[in-house]
Amino acid sequence: MLVAVAGLLVGLAVALPLWRIDLVAPQYPEGLGLLISANTITGVKENDLNSINGLNHYIGMRVIEPDAIAELRFARPLFLALAGAGLGVAALGRRRLLLVWVAVFALVLVGGLADMWKWGYDYGHNLDPHAIIQVPGMSYQPPLIGSKQLLNFRATSWPASGGWLLALAAILAVVGTRSGRGPRTPSAPRASPVSSGA
Amino acid sequence: MKHFFSGKTAAGVVAAGLVAFAAYSCAGRSGGTTLTASDAATRVYVAPGSYDEMYAFMSGGFNGQVSVYGIPSGRRLKTIPVFSQYPENGYGYNEETKPMLNTSYGFVPWDDTHHPALSQTAGEDDGRWLFINGNNTPRVARIDLARMETDEILEIPNAAGNHGSPFLTENTEYLVASTRFSVPIPNRDVPIADFKKQFKGQISFIVANEPGKMRVAFQLLVPGFNYDLARAGKGPSHGWMFLSMYNTEQANSLLEVNASQNDKDFVAAVNWKAIEACAKDGKTRSTAAGYLHNYMDEASRSAKSERIGSVAQLSPTDCKGSIFFMPTPKSPHGADVDPTGEFITAGGKLASVIPVHSFSKLLKAIEAKDFQGELDGIPVLKYESTIAGEVKNPGLGPLHTEFDANGYAYTSFFISSEIVKWKVSTREVVDRVPTYYSIGHLMVPGGGTRKPTGKYVIALNKITKDRYLGTGPELTQSAQLYDITGDKMKLLLDFPTEGEPHYAQAILASKIKDRQVKFFKLADNKHPMVSKSEKETGISRDGKKVHIKMTAIRSHFAPDNIEGITVGDTVYFHVTNLEQDWDVPHGLGVMGNNNGELLIMPGETRTLRWVPSRASVYPFYCTDFCSALHQEMQGYVRVSAPGAGVPLTATLSRGAQAAVTAKK
Repeated sequence: MLVAVAGLLVGLAVALPLWRIDLVAPQYPEGLGLLISANTITGVKENDLNSINGLNHYIGMRVIEPDAIAELRFARPLFLALAGAGLGVAALGRRRLLLVWVAVFALVLVGGLADMWKWGYDYGHNLDPHAIIQVPGMSYQPPLIGSKQLLNFRATSWPASGGWLLALAAILAVVGTRSGRGPRTPSAPRASPVSSGA
Repeated sequence: MKHFFSGKTAAGVVAAGLVAFAAYSCAGRSGGTTLTASDAATRVYVAPGSYDEMYAFMSGGFNGQVSVYGIPSGRRLKTIPVFSQYPENGYGYNEETKPMLNTSYGFVPWDDTHHPALSQTAGEDDGRWLFINGNNTPRVARIDLARMETDEILEIPNAAGNHGSPFLTENTEYLVASTRFSVPIPNRDVPIADFKKQFKGQISFIVANEPGKMRVAFQLLVPGFNYDLARAGKGPSHGWMFLSMYNTEQANSLLEVNASQNDKDFVAAVNWKAIEACAKDGKTRSTAAGYLHNYMDEASRSAKSERIGSVAQLSPTDCKGSIFFMPTPKSPHGADVDPTGEFITAGGKLASVIPVHSFSKLLKAIEAKDFQGELDGIPVLKYESTIAGEVKNPGLGPLHTEFDANGYAYTSFFISSEIVKWKVSTREVVDRVPTYYSIGHLMVPGGGTRKPTGKYVIALNKITKDRYLGTGPELTQSAQLYDITGDKMKLLLDFPTEGEPHYAQAILASKIKDRQVKFFKLADNKHPMVSKSEKETGISRDGKKVHIKMTAIRSHFAPDNIEGITVGDTVYFHVTNLEQDWDVPHGLGVMGNNNGELLIMPGETRTLRWVPSRASVYPFYCTDFCSALHQEMQGYVRVSAPGAGVPLTATLSRGAQAAVTAKK
């Protein structure tokens, strides 16, 4: 049951933004922000992405174009497949499959975070050599989690609603594997380790 | 209107008024009731970064504009250009707004604004629009309050001196405007000595509740007097309009004396629903008239002018029961209706009382045909039969009355320079405070509506003298803010105002502030010369006209270097601000341009016309500090002598190059 819920949460998460980067500067008290979803990147407010791209030209950062990021094309199908597999594993109730699913899930999460970090690194470091503002030794990679001052902007990066759902799904899945162990103790023969875990 | 009386006349009036002063000083002259400075400061202090509680919209008088203030701080937030060109933002200079100032007399770049009026729904200020009159060349304007821009201006035919204007009915069904000067209708070349024979007044009913579609529904032709301020009935008196008038003597020279002879003038009670019915029955005549209607086309954000050729008119005799005259004491400046809709006061500038007319008594008198006579087919009622009572010995020079929600009225007194608070039901004076100096209008937020917000009364003064640091012979204009939450009025703040504030309106900020437009959506820009990206920019020649489609974004123009213009060309810069962010306007100034500048809001296109006079290189630059590299936001135009054969080219604009190539 826990695993089924975890699978559903994964499916739900891809409909929501996974990550959020907020930018606040003295002249942007209202803030600018990006929402990173499995399939796209949008502004928190309607024109935030446009505004952020406009500002980034000063430091020579490449324009953030969601369509140019290949991962955004297959991340959603990948997560949906993962969600489907999770539900399948829950239905079958086979512990070995569950462990495999959890391992794949963990890989996807770690891989996703690493990929996000890589893109952040790329945007933050591969700057136009003719950039208007050049601060020796300065790069503009936003933190993966946490807060960092980038010139006049304080960038704060944190999971968004979808990210929290994924985190919850991961916890449930791990708990699922552990509680699944219970029925395997010799004195308690029960039908399905997965369903009894609920 | 700055000085009603000057020199000796004033001295005489003041002397004559001493008796009156002595009489009412017993009532308790409590002008001294002031808060301590720190108490008052606390009441008007708005901490840095915090917002004012209300917006106030004040007429700019002879600057022809409207100014926006925060209340209670008295901070000026903005000037909204209406009837006058405004170099600060290019209003009336750029091609998109120039048509707003078109009239049947041609381009009129100045006017005199007096009386702002907030649009109403069910007798309450709704915060959609603000209307204001152009006094000099008769016009009324509608300002959109989400953008704080003038959206529409309608010229009023057969009017001269649009002072008694604009006054709105309680659902903004009509905007009513009466003529100050009576003139020949239609206006033509006649001897001025024929005033009594040939000069007429008129009251215009203007449909105003649909943006871009203001029009004169009908004009009621009235005797050749001077018409002045008015109020619509409300609640039980909805459907009626009460307009004041003076110079019922029909003087046309030295009005100061000759129009001040009659002991009583009139407040006209106009039953506009009756006129509406008459109009529907075909009792109006379509009369030839030429006047302009200017309106902002929403999608292109460009004003358009249309000429209207006729106006519907009718006379009181065409429509029985449409208008009645209520005699009222001497030379009223206005009529005001209390929140219940029952009481109508008049501000007789030379009157020694404030008359309080009763709407229900008026109806009974009409029913009983209790008339003292008829004037040009208009029944004249008896003073006694419409009067509920008088405020005795109120002060000198009563001008304007507004109301709070608790049954009190506040009347301004120009000559005795004070505000007098009195109880509407008993006509008793309960308090008075001095103003510094010579108050004209006063304004209680919502004080002319069915539901006054109250809390403050603002004095709009005509004279400031020693109240501020001197600024040469031309001194600042001034308003004063008084607290009216207690029994006694308390002076909180003096604050300087722009132009001459005649009347003002105030509304709770919550009714407007969240609707403020932050920028225009580029995707929705339907300007014919828009460039939605740098790729769409370009230059083209059409005979002697050169069109430059240009974009502005932090921090450059595209194109930025333009060559191939020759002396004799007329150049149009069509600049689109590509920004889609809050508070990033760009500007454009061109050296030696006999015109203004452009100030372009994000997402909009504005056009600057330029006729270069000599062969030279002309720099242009962004005039609104837009970014850290604002000072780099510039370009050059090379202007050559005719026949120099320099091809039309531009840098930083692929579109410009492509267009040039295509032409070849």
